Amino acid sequence: MITTRVQAEAFDAGAEAAALAAGRSDIGAIVSFTGLVRADDGLTALTLEHYPAMTARQIAAIAAQAWARWPLLGGTVIHRHGRLLPGDPIVLVAIASANRGAAFAAAEFLMDWLKTRAPFWKQEDRGDEQRWVAAKTSDDDAAARWETP
Amino acid sequence: MITLLYFAWVRERIGRDEERLALPAGVTTVTALLDHLATLSPGHAAALADRAAIRIAIDEDFVSSDAAIADAREIAIFPPVTGG
Repeated sequence: MITTRVQAEAFDAGAEAAALAAGRSDIGAIVSFTGLVRADDGLTALTLEHYPAMTARQIAAIAAQAWARWPLLGGTVIHRHGRLLPGDPIVLVAIASANRGAAFAAAEFLMDWLKTRAPFWKQEDRGDEQRWVAAKTSDDDAAARWETP
Repeated sequence: MITLLYFAWVRERIGRDEERLALPAGVTTVTALLDHLATLSPGHAAALADRAAIRIAIDEDFVSSDAAIADAREIAIFPPVTGG
């Protein structure tokens, strides 16, 4: 199964990936993606607001879709909320499979869907200025390509 | 009575994150709900002025603007999501 967590705390991507394979010999591939806060244009902090009940439900639903679509052997999805600083990890998708193809595809699918279906909103701080991040149509396009297999 | 939840700049413009309302009888779809809410205050009107930038979830699932709201317990109104 794919474990999903929404939390304020930081995570250890290496430890999460290692935990997927611990004690098993059937896993041949782990793909791990970590999203980090970039200090674009003087960004000083990034605050993620979310809709807790819906977030948990949507991420679990996205994970269940990935599980049904590819031959996976395990996975962990973590998305943080709250105030983050440049360099902080925001999101982790770590996927285990027997072979790399399914792991790469499922990890990319999960990230594209998290971007467009999980109810999070980013607000950027630049010094005293605050601005809500606008959604990108490129993210919608990236998610849409998974709808036509 | 229905519970409305607001997030991000929709929340900021309306000036609250939640409210409970009794809806007029004719308000049966998401579009009608947004039209009604926009009459409640200048903040509501400002938040809901650009309908292309508004997303809706009923009981934690995304819905389109023509969705019926008859059985809804909780309706969330927010901008397009920007997580990941």
